[in-house]
Amino acid sequence: MKRQLEEIREIAEKELVQVENMNQLEEFRVRLLGKKGLLTQVLRGMGKLSKEERPEIGKLANEVRSEVERRLDEQKDLLKTKENNIRLDKERIDVTLPGKKKRIGNRHPLTLVLDEIKEIFLGMGFSSVEGPEVELSYYNFDALNVPENHPARDLQDTFYFNEDLVLRTQTSPMQVRTMENNKPPIRVIVPGRVYRCDEIDATHSPVFHQIEGLIVDKNITMGDLKGSLDIFAKRLFGENTKTRFRPHQFYFTEPSAEMDVSCFACGGEGCRVCGDEGWIEILGCGMVHPNVLKNCSIDPKVYSGFAFGMGLDRITMIKYDIDDLRLLFENDLRFLKQFK
Amino acid sequence: MLASYKWLNDYVEIDISPKELADKMTMSGTKVEKIEELGKEISKVVVGKILEINQHPNADRLVVTKVDVGSEIIQIVTGAKNISEGDYIPVALVGSTLPGGVNIGKSKLRGIESHGMMCSAQELSLDIESLPHEQVVGIYILKEKYPLGMDVKEIFGLDEVVIEFELTYNRPDCLSIIGLAREVSATLNKPLILPEIIIDKEVDNIKDFTKIDVLEPEYCTRFIAKIIKDVKIGQSPKWMQERLAKVGVRSINNIVDVTNYVMMEMGQPLHAYDYNKLAENRIIVRKAYEGEKLVTLDDVERTLDSSMLVIADAKNPLGIAGVMGGGNSEVDENTNIILLEAANFDSNSVRQTAKKLGLRTEASSRYEKGVDLNLQELAMKRAAQLLEEINAGTIVENHIDIYNKPLESQYITIDPKWVNKFIGIDISAEQMADYLERLDMEVEIGDQFEIKVPTFRQDLKLPEDIAEEIARLYGYDKIPSTLMSGITVQGKRTYKQKLEDRVKDLMVAQGGNEICTNSFTSAQFLDRLNVSSDDDMKKTLMLINPLGEENSMMRTTLVDNMMQVINHNINHNIEEAFFFEIAKTYHPIELPIKNLPNEKNTLCVGIYGDVDFFNIKGIIENLLEECGISKYEFQKFNSSTFHPGRTAQVMVQDKVLGILGEIHPDVTENYDVSQRVYIGEFDFDLICKKGDLEKRYKELPKYPAVIRDIALQLKEGIPAREVEKIIEAQGSDIIESYSLFDVYQGEQIPKGYKSLAYSIVYRRQDGTLTDKEVGRVHNKIVKDLQYKLDANLRE
Repeated sequence: MKRQLEEIREIAEKELVQVENMNQLEEFRVRLLGKKGLLTQVLRGMGKLSKEERPEIGKLANEVRSEVERRLDEQKDLLKTKENNIRLDKERIDVTLPGKKKRIGNRHPLTLVLDEIKEIFLGMGFSSVEGPEVELSYYNFDALNVPENHPARDLQDTFYFNEDLVLRTQTSPMQVRTMENNKPPIRVIVPGRVYRCDEIDATHSPVFHQIEGLIVDKNITMGDLKGSLDIFAKRLFGENTKTRFRPHQFYFTEPSAEMDVSCFACGGEGCRVCGDEGWIEILGCGMVHPNVLKNCSIDPKVYSGFAFGMGLDRITMIKYDIDDLRLLFENDLRFLKQFK
Repeated sequence: MLASYKWLNDYVEIDISPKELADKMTMSGTKVEKIEELGKEISKVVVGKILEINQHPNADRLVVTKVDVGSEIIQIVTGAKNISEGDYIPVALVGSTLPGGVNIGKSKLRGIESHGMMCSAQELSLDIESLPHEQVVGIYILKEKYPLGMDVKEIFGLDEVVIEFELTYNRPDCLSIIGLAREVSATLNKPLILPEIIIDKEVDNIKDFTKIDVLEPEYCTRFIAKIIKDVKIGQSPKWMQERLAKVGVRSINNIVDVTNYVMMEMGQPLHAYDYNKLAENRIIVRKAYEGEKLVTLDDVERTLDSSMLVIADAKNPLGIAGVMGGGNSEVDENTNIILLEAANFDSNSVRQTAKKLGLRTEASSRYEKGVDLNLQELAMKRAAQLLEEINAGTIVENHIDIYNKPLESQYITIDPKWVNKFIGIDISAEQMADYLERLDMEVEIGDQFEIKVPTFRQDLKLPEDIAEEIARLYGYDKIPSTLMSGITVQGKRTYKQKLEDRVKDLMVAQGGNEICTNSFTSAQFLDRLNVSSDDDMKKTLMLINPLGEENSMMRTTLVDNMMQVINHNINHNIEEAFFFEIAKTYHPIELPIKNLPNEKNTLCVGIYGDVDFFNIKGIIENLLEECGISKYEFQKFNSSTFHPGRTAQVMVQDKVLGILGEIHPDVTENYDVSQRVYIGEFDFDLICKKGDLEKRYKELPKYPAVIRDIALQLKEGIPAREVEKIIEAQGSDIIESYSLFDVYQGEQIPKGYKSLAYSIVYRRQDGTLTDKEVGRVHNKIVKDLQYKLDANLRE
């Protein structure tokens, strides 16, 4: 009996290493440890043993069993690793093949630039408001101090629905509406669509977009105008941007100015982007005209303010180096996708 | 406005380069658009004299010449036909440059060396239009015996710099060289030297010559007439012609050139009439008769109306006031007496007349913007002086001046301390006064300044206007940049702006590309959508003055724009796309329009490619959920724009949020699109109103769920939504959710029927559900489905 046990031990030691897969391993386990297995058979014969032999053989049988089990486990681990390796090897893929992507769209370039500009002014304490595009000519002209016979009011320049109703030619009427409905301090920007009777070409469109800004408070100075718009320019075009304010004329501001920024493409040296000027004209601005304040029942002796207006389409074209305005309204997917 | 550097230098000493001047002027408010250095490309072109001309030995068409160019005698081979010995001509020496980057070197023509080139007017880029024909063909033969070797740039005035100023509408006083010189003088702080006006000799008296009647003093605010007799018509001197040419005025004759010269110099348009052509030798300023005709100086017959002011004689109109003279009184070679007019007209009247006639002239553009009412007399004297100087005639003494309401100078009071505070600077009162005096204002210094404003500065009315004058001469660039003091205001987005942002983000995340389209539309465009004529979409706002029929009205829908964009992209071989736009549509409240219309924010979504109705529906469902709208219904809908069987209307609590569906094939055909296109259009304002961005935490379930599936067979015409309504209604509060996991039509299902399979999740928040509870509810659902929808339960 002892010999039989030793034989089992030997089988386990020698034959187990030849087992090649899990099925064979299971067969092997059954052969040795199964109900009809070799070890079981030996143990069944234990009853025939003498009292003295029994503990000794019993001990040996237990040793053999745990050794067989240990070897089975070892072999199992070995086989598992081997099988895993084979499977993993088979599952090899070309990781350079393209990924599975969900298609993502993007915002229109005008929206992207508007978002950026809004963000800058939000950070400076401005709120964004919108106004009607079909506007009373009172708000578009009269309240803004535009002279009665100014050519801007002509049918060649402004779209009319009737004598009193126009398509706003600027976002400035919203200055008046804002001041009529709010008490200073006022700090708003007004993005929106505006219209002028220009045939469409590479730089003109009858439909375009402006962003108006208005601040009214006590003690607002022209220095404040410069300081605020300088910060805006640096945030939009980069920290190294310089600004230049040139005297200009608008009916609803006095003094008035135009702001140029140093060309971000050449840094002011002069290049194609800035037409060799080194400067790019970005916006018109000025101190709110006292007549406009009065038209809104704000006392110009107590309050002052500044206003500014810029063309979103123009800034977008400059920022992305777009050479034809029509591209912005054509909505060719190959164009739109470039602004992801 | 063009100004030549030399002409400006007559009135103010400019000791800086044109480029520096341009920069300074731009910064003081007179923006320079362009600096043109005329002879920039020309070098080493000198006066030469042809000594001899001999036939070229090897070429019939060439001659060999000897030319004295001062320093030497050179040999030039040329093919020119119009030269003769003794001619003075411009010679481009070896090493010279000509316009267009042409370099002249030594060359050999048919074996004979040539050391330069004789130049034509064209080769020197002279203004060919203004030259007589014989000076344009062939070599330019100089008319005078200039010193040999002299740089020809001087002769042609090509050593000049012409500066183009961009003027603002409020500064008509700068539409003259003197006006610009005044700005230069103020900017550079150099004195302005005005021409001294002296007339040597005046004879007779104008009273014996003519009579002026101004019948419309409202419109003709001033009229000065002067007579010049013994007129000798001829060319004006070369210096005058050249100066005029530099600022874009062609020379006509000595009389007209003087009137133009004074206009350019001082800004006052003048007109010369042939005195002998005036009926009764007199002038009447009146309104034109309706339908009255006049052939203007440009040889066009103009039909006038009674709104137009004319200068007439006793019988006929002679000119359109402030716009253009007529041919009937034109100065010609036989003229011997002229009547000169220096007048002023109501700017609006001139503008309207010029606009009506489609005729804008140097004169009208000045009158439109406003000419100083106190300029006419000075300008008339200046013209007389020049005419006398160039021997064009004899000046008749005195002038007639009809000036009913003389314009007085205005006074403005300012507080210098206020100026400093308003601009944000700190400069002395004296400094401020100096700036203003440079601009010809008279300043009485005190705690408050009393400022007398010259009448040519009608743009200055308020203290703020004066503050600007001070600030611009001080220099905007020197104003310190500061930031607002006082209460800080918080910038924030409104709920609507946040929601719009969210919707755009969601659309982009789902693959949408945002588009931006035109707000205009036309009846024809709307017709493409096959909507009936009484549809609200056809109630549009019409423009009085559109840019063409296709831009004649304001759009009431974005669907047409979307279709156009899709058509464009399909035509450019883009196989699939998903576009969206949030933009305004415009809806009149009443027609004809009286009040501001309703401007609705509208969302439009359009897809095509490998997609179907359920793709666009999914996009919209995501949108509604993102906006916090949970109670919505998709209902079958009919619209002639859309496919009758593939269109739904989205309802939120009895309000129509919008429609979506497949575009009707007839409509896609109208856009030349042959693919299936899916579009949805929604009332974005309503989405905002119904939306809710508030989020709140709900406790996670503590008790287990029971999941029961249910498979039904029912008639295919019954919408799935009917089944869901029954589930919702019967499910009481123990249904957590349900989902459709299978829709089947085919072999195991009889024809005309379909199978729907739902998975229903039952759960209680306050305890574990028993089988009995679930069974009771589930059975109620099943019974109701069988009863109401005639559904069969499938195993």
